[in-house]
Amino acid sequence: MFSRDTWKEIFETIQKNKLRTFLSGFTVALGILIFVVLFGFGNGLINTFDDFFGDDATNVFLVFRGRTTMPYKGYKANRSIEFDNGDIADIEKNFPLFLEYISPRITRQDTVTYKNESNSYSTLAVGPAHQFSEMTIIMKGRYLNELDIENKTKHAVIGRLVEQDLFGAKNAVGEFIDVGGSVFKVIGVFQDDGGDREERTIFIPYTTQQLIEKNTDKIDAMVIGFKPQIGYAGAMAFEESLDTFIREKKYISPNDQNGIFIRNIAEQLKQNQQFARVLQIIVGFVAFGTIIAGIIGISNIMVFVVKERTKELGIRKALGATPKNVIGTILLESVFITTVSGFIGMLIGVAILNTMGDKLKDYFITNPYIDLGMAIFATVILIIFGAIAGYVPARRAARIKPIVALRDE
Amino acid sequence: MIEIKDLHKSYKMGNNSLHVLKGINFSVEEGELVAIMGSSGSGKSTLLNILGMLDELDKGSYTLDGVPIKDLNETKAANYRNKFLGFVFQSFNLINYKSAMENVALPLYYQRMPRKQREEKALKYLTQVGLKEWATHLPNELSGGQKQRVAIARAMAAEPKVLLADEPTGALDSTTSYEVMDLIQKINDNGNTILVVTHEEDIAHMCKRIVYLKDGVIVEDKKVEQVRAAKYVQ
Repeated sequence: MFSRDTWKEIFETIQKNKLRTFLSGFTVALGILIFVVLFGFGNGLINTFDDFFGDDATNVFLVFRGRTTMPYKGYKANRSIEFDNGDIADIEKNFPLFLEYISPRITRQDTVTYKNESNSYSTLAVGPAHQFSEMTIIMKGRYLNELDIENKTKHAVIGRLVEQDLFGAKNAVGEFIDVGGSVFKVIGVFQDDGGDREERTIFIPYTTQQLIEKNTDKIDAMVIGFKPQIGYAGAMAFEESLDTFIREKKYISPNDQNGIFIRNIAEQLKQNQQFARVLQIIVGFVAFGTIIAGIIGISNIMVFVVKERTKELGIRKALGATPKNVIGTILLESVFITTVSGFIGMLIGVAILNTMGDKLKDYFITNPYIDLGMAIFATVILIIFGAIAGYVPARRAARIKPIVALRDE
Repeated sequence: MIEIKDLHKSYKMGNNSLHVLKGINFSVEEGELVAIMGSSGSGKSTLLNILGMLDELDKGSYTLDGVPIKDLNETKAANYRNKFLGFVFQSFNLINYKSAMENVALPLYYQRMPRKQREEKALKYLTQVGLKEWATHLPNELSGGQKQRVAIARAMAAEPKVLLADEPTGALDSTTSYEVMDLIQKINDNGNTILVVTHEEDIAHMCKRIVYLKDGVIVEDKKVEQVRAAKYVQ
């Protein structure tokens, strides 16, 4: 079956039936090509997804204040809840086991001016721990520290794009900017993977902001980082006791949906991961469909090829070809064609994916790729099913009496 | 060489069964050139197909060169065909994407003969039928007569015991027919056993013996004075 002569015979047949060879080869190559590209695009989609949601720390709760909708313990409904520095201290004192860090956050939108350049940016008045929750990366200078908080310094850490907008190519560190009417010294420049919006932010000490706002001790929100080792279940338990604790302290009904809001990034992350998994399943489904379509395509071609060759096979049988010869000829030919064209299609697909890179980022496809094992696996599957698809009609052809095959026109 | 006793064959056509051969007794000696004649539907092609192991018999016995031909599976039948029989068909049945030489060499391929030897032998037989110069041509570049000569060369290449020709001149004009018959006669002169199915009297008379078939039985079996085809060929 594997003698040199057999292969020579097969090569001759392939060479002299170019259209047939092309048709079956093209089907296989296209099937694998589409599979590889689709699968790669699916992975690119997942990459984009990870980029979008993967930039912040995941062990973080954000606690926002709201307005009550229910009366509780003698307090009327429609009461605005406020947080202050004392709440931060209380939480620190009550949850030492869970807590890794905590930072207040006061969000403002301010006009920021440097010399003649001016623009509006969001200003986040925070504590030093805030750096961990946002995974802020310092490019130059430093982040806010405890001394800034204690001394209520007028120091600002600005985003990369803020520096670019206001200072152009100039180094901003050490320069003074006007933030909402107060002069701040730039002590650091940061970057963030979260995108342009996050890089157009300015961080200042929360105590400074409170001093500017008539020496209040109110804060907008609390950013709470928990210890990662408590795990998902621990995080859920922490969220619940934190919720209970704040409600009790602020006299909010346990059933009130609007008094406070706790955004659990861990839970969000889990949902996002589930979404990504669903994406992967969809991609897998589409890819599976492509492979099935490819198999059906080959089967059709094989049925056509065998049908077309019925008479030739009859002649061969009359001249002494055994059924094994007949099946072997057809199978080896089809396996050879599917293997060669399958791998050609695979290589083209991989090449397309490699040249893509970030070109399709606008369509939410980043760095599409397929791992080679998967691509080869799919190709081999297609070859195997191509062989099975070829075997069935080949066996039938081998069983046709030569006299019937010869009569076939 | 060929020994047939009480051969029956019928075909199923839906619910009806068509009894084509109704008890044929028939034998052929080595070196004979036999014409099997009959109108269409007389069963002559069926007989030839059974002799050629292209079809199976229902009842009776068939012995070829001392070997009883019965209960053959496809593989065995293929091997016997390859070893014992050469076929010439009315419609030539050459493989259209193979050159004349490759066509002739094909039965040798199934004998597992090495390639070089195959080609030498194919060329030898092509030379015998006068088509050496056409060895590399594809069938569609050949005339009908040439195609049939290639087919005869192919049938002879495996050096079979018996050459079976089913209406070998059926698709040819009379001049070409005589050329082909001349070739068949010459092969027979070398001692080869040949059976020719035909419905043309003049072709039949170029053989040495004529068997008349009618409605599935042999009605006449006679030796005739052979008319040499060579005299019609210049």
